[in-house]
Amino acid sequence: MDVSRRKFIQISGAAAAGVAVSHLGFDLRPVKAHAQMLKTQYAKETTTICCYCGVGCGAIVHTSRRGDGRVINIEGDPEHVINRGALCSKGSALKQLTENTNRLTEPMYRAPGAKEWKQVSWDWALDQIARRVKETRDANFELKNEKGQTVNRTTAIASVGSAAMDNEECWLYQALLRAMGLVYVEHQARI
Amino acid sequence: MTNHWIDLKNADVILIMGSNAAENHPISFKWVTEAQKNGATLINVDPRFTRTSSKADIYASLRSGTDIAFLGGMIKYILDNKLYHEEYMLNYTNASFIVGKGFGFKDGLFTGYDEKKRGYDQSQWAFEMDDKGVPKKDPTLKNPRCVLNLLKKHYERYTTKLVSSVTGTPEADLLKVYKAYGATGKPDKAATIMYAMGWTQHTVGVQNIRSMCMIQLLLGNMGVAGGGVNALRGESNVQGSTDHGLLFHILPGYLPTPSASIPSLAVYNEKNTPKSNDPRSANWWQNRPKYVVSLLKSYFGDKATAENEFGYGWLPKLDDGKAYSWLDIFDTMYNGKIRGFFSWGQNPACSGANSNKTRQAMAKLDWMVNVNLFDNETGSFWRGPGMNPAEIKTEVFMLPACVSVEKEGSISNSGRWMQWRYEGPKPMGNSRPDGDIILELGLRLKELYAGGGAFPDAILNLKWDYLTNHKYDPHKVAKEINGYWLVDKKIGDVTYKAGSLVAPGFALLQADGSTSCGNWVYCGSYTDKGNMSARRGQEDAPNNIGLYPTFAWAWPVNRRIIYNRASCDPKGQPYNPNRWVVKWDAEGKKWVGDVPDGPWPPPQNPDGSPNEAGRYAFIMTKEGFGQIYGPGLKDGPFPEHYEPLECPIEKNLVNGQRMSPVAPVYGTDADAHMTCDPRFPYVGTTYRVSEHWQSGLMTRPQPWLLELQPQMFVEMSEELAAMRGIKNGERVLVASARGEVKCTAIVTKRFKPFKIGGAVIHEVGIPWHFGWRWPESGEEESANLLTPSTGDPNTRIPESKAFMVNVTKL
Repeated sequence: MDVSRRKFIQISGAAAAGVAVSHLGFDLRPVKAHAQMLKTQYAKETTTICCYCGVGCGAIVHTSRRGDGRVINIEGDPEHVINRGALCSKGSALKQLTENTNRLTEPMYRAPGAKEWKQVSWDWALDQIARRVKETRDANFELKNEKGQTVNRTTAIASVGSAAMDNEECWLYQALLRAMGLVYVEHQARI
Repeated sequence: MTNHWIDLKNADVILIMGSNAAENHPISFKWVTEAQKNGATLINVDPRFTRTSSKADIYASLRSGTDIAFLGGMIKYILDNKLYHEEYMLNYTNASFIVGKGFGFKDGLFTGYDEKKRGYDQSQWAFEMDDKGVPKKDPTLKNPRCVLNLLKKHYERYTTKLVSSVTGTPEADLLKVYKAYGATGKPDKAATIMYAMGWTQHTVGVQNIRSMCMIQLLLGNMGVAGGGVNALRGESNVQGSTDHGLLFHILPGYLPTPSASIPSLAVYNEKNTPKSNDPRSANWWQNRPKYVVSLLKSYFGDKATAENEFGYGWLPKLDDGKAYSWLDIFDTMYNGKIRGFFSWGQNPACSGANSNKTRQAMAKLDWMVNVNLFDNETGSFWRGPGMNPAEIKTEVFMLPACVSVEKEGSISNSGRWMQWRYEGPKPMGNSRPDGDIILELGLRLKELYAGGGAFPDAILNLKWDYLTNHKYDPHKVAKEINGYWLVDKKIGDVTYKAGSLVAPGFALLQADGSTSCGNWVYCGSYTDKGNMSARRGQEDAPNNIGLYPTFAWAWPVNRRIIYNRASCDPKGQPYNPNRWVVKWDAEGKKWVGDVPDGPWPPPQNPDGSPNEAGRYAFIMTKEGFGQIYGPGLKDGPFPEHYEPLECPIEKNLVNGQRMSPVAPVYGTDADAHMTCDPRFPYVGTTYRVSEHWQSGLMTRPQPWLLELQPQMFVEMSEELAAMRGIKNGERVLVASARGEVKCTAIVTKRFKPFKIGGAVIHEVGIPWHFGWRWPESGEEESANLLTPSTGDPNTRIPESKAFMVNVTKL
C-alpha cells in the first residue's frame, strides 16, 4: 500500500516540532523524524475495517515483526474514502480491543451444577459439542409436522449470531445450521 | 441504505430521526457536516436533545413511539400544500393506481381484520385490475379510489393540532420541520433520512419507516444523489449477516425460507416468483428460480441434481404462519422446549428485550455453546445475579474467537459496500477465527453422521471443501458466494468456461444447474479479475458525486445508489443536472454514471414518443413502481398511529385502537406489562453512547472506554427530578413491570416534559450497554431487564424504544 500521504503528515509534523525547539542550538529535526518513523519501521502494515458500527471506517494496523508479534498501533486510514483517517472513540481504541488481557484465549467448560469454569482443549470441546448436537438432533428430529407435511427439521436446537462475523463466516454458518435442520436461526438484525 | 455514507454530502435537507448519528455513527457526521457547509439544512427529531440536535438547524422533540403521528402530519402538509413532485409521482410511484373496493379503514382497523387471529386478510387491499391483469391507473388522479386520493383521505385526520397532542411536539416546531422538508419536492432538490433503531424497535417499526418511504416517493427523493432511505446499521456486518440469511425467514439473497406447505422446488418457485402481466415491468424477482437453484448447487454441489430438485428436500421447512424469531426462540426456551443453544458472537443475556426472561430461559437448556471474544453475561449466566449454580443443569461450552484484525475476510457496511480486511497479528493465545470453528464443527458432524443418525443426508451432502492447508480459507468461501460456472456454456457470442467465476453479475445465473452461487446479490464481488472488495481506487465517477466506484465493491453489481434511473425524467435526463447520478446517452445507447438499475432505455425517446423497450424504475416491485400504497404488510397498506404496548394514555387520540391490533403479545409469567398504571408513570426509552457498543461486551472490558463511560445512568428532566426529589449524581432505581436497574441520575435540560392530550407526561432515557460481568463491580446492569417482549408484527423486532417505568431514590 502506498503510504506516502501519511508519511508526509508524520514528517511534516515532526519538522514543525523540530523547528520549535531549535533555539537549543542544534537541529532536532532528523532525530524527531527518526523517532516518528520507528513506530512503524519494523512493523507489518495491514488495513482493516472497524468492527463496531456500520459506517465501515478504514484503519491501519501495525503489527510487530519482532518479539511477540502483537499489535503496536491501530489508527485511522487516511486513504479510506469514507473516514479519511478519522475514527471515533471506539475506533480509536481498537488496539485495546485486540491487546486485552480480559480476552478469552482458551476453550472453557462448565459442567451441570458446577460453580466454576474448567479449561479444556479445542479437540475435546468440539468433539463434545458435535456429540451434543447429534444426540439432541437425533432425539428430536421431525420428518413430518402435526399436519403430516414434510419438514425435515429440529426445533430442539436454536442459534443466535452473528453480525460480528465476516461475510464468509456468516455464509458458512447458515449453511451448516440449515444442514443441521435448524429453523430457529436468528441474529442481531432482529433486535 | 439505498444510498451510501459519502452521498449524505449531496443532500439539501437531512432529517435525522430515530437515530443519534453524531454520537452513534460519529464518522457519518463528516458527510453531514460537508452537506451543511454546502448550505444544507439539518433537522433532528428526538425525544431527547442530543449531540445530533446540537448540530441541527431545526430541532423538534417528540414522545417515544409517536413517529407515525409526526410523519402522518407531514404527509398531510405535503398534500395540502401540493409540495409533491407530480411528474415523479406519476411516473415512478403507484399514486395513480386504483385500489379495489375491498379496501376500507374505520376506527383504527383496515378491512379484513380477524380479532381471534390478531391478523388481517390482506387480499382485501388489492389493486383493481384491468382485463390483462395489470393494475388500473388514473393518470388524471381524479378517481376517488386512486392511491393519492385514498392517501389524502387517510391523513386528513392528522392535523398539526392533533399530531401535537399525540407527540407532544409544539405545533410551531412541527410546521418548521414540515416546511423545510417539504421544500425538497422540487425536481432539483434532494432530502435524505438517517434512521436507526429509534424507528425499528417499536410495535409499528416497519410502518415508521414506510411513512418516510412514502414521503420520499411523494417528494421524488428516491434514486437521487443526496436522497434515499438510509438505515444506519449498528453493527459492522449486520448488513452482510442479513444478506447471507442468518435469519429464520430468509436464505442468502433474500430468498424466502421454504415452508411446510411447499413440498417441492417447483411449488416453491411457483409460489415465490411474482408474475407481472405488464410487459414494461422488469419485475426482477421473476429471476428468483435462477438464484434458488444456484444457491442449492452451492449448498450441495454435485449431490444437487435436477432429479432430486437440487436437494430442496434437504432444507428444513417452517410451519406456515408460525414465526421462529428471536422473541419466539426465548419464549419457547422459557417454556422448556429448546434443549441445545448456540450463542455465537452475541450476548442475548443483555442484548434482547426482557433479559430476565432470556436468562431464566437459558437455565432450562441441556447445553449451550457460547463463542465470543470475552466471557459474557450469556456464557456465565449460571453465576449471574439471582442464580444458584448448583440448581442449574445447563452445560456450557465457551469458545474463544479471535478479533477481526487477527483474520482475513470481508464485511459489508450500511451503504452495502463489501470491504476486505487482512490478518495483522496471529490470533491471541488459543483463540481462533469463527470460520475455523464453524468448519471444524461441520467436519466433525459429517464424521459422526457417516455412522448413521436422523436424516443424515442433509449433513453428509453439504459441500464443505473450504480448507486450504487444513485451515479455513475465506477466499474459497468468497468465491463460492460469488459463484462459478459448472459447465461450459455459450450465451450469445460468449462461452463461459466451467470453473470460471461468474462475472460481471447475477444476470448470468442459470436455473438449470449450470451455475453455482452462494448469494446472488454478491455475484460479481470476486471474479477472475480479482477480489473486488479489496479495491482501494481513489478516483471518483465522472458525475463527481462521491461514488468512488473502484473503492471496495457494493451490492448489487457495484451500484452505489439504488433505483437510480428514477433520478431522471422519462427521457433519461437528470432532474438535477448538477448532481446527476445516471443519464441516458442517446447516441451511445447506454446509461452513463453510476451502474444503472437495468440496461433498458428510458421510457421515452428524445422526441417524447414512447419507447416500448423501456422498463419502469422500481425493478424490485412486481408492478415496477414505488409503493405509496403498500398492500403487502401485515398491519395495513397505510401507516396508522398506534400507541406502544405500554403507554401513558388510556386512549389512542387518533383512532379507536389503543395499540397495534396485530402486534404479537406473549403470555408467560415473565411477560407482565402495564399501561396507564400509576406504579409505572413515566415513558422509558433506551439508547447508546459513543464510547460503548451494543450490549457493551466489546467495549466494557477496555480501560479507556470504560473510564470514559463507567456506569449505568438515567437521564431525566429537571422538572421530574424536582418532583421526585432526585439530585444530579444520586443513585436511583429504574423499574418496569419486568425488572429493575440501578442507575446514576443525570438531571438535564436535554429532556423536557411533554404535553400529551392536555396532561404532562415525563420521559426518561437509559443506555443499554451494561451488564453485570464487566465492569467487575457487578453493579452495572442491562437496560433490557426493563424492556417488554413484544414487537413489530412484520419483523418481530422487540419494542425496546418505548415502555413504562418508575424512578425512585435509592
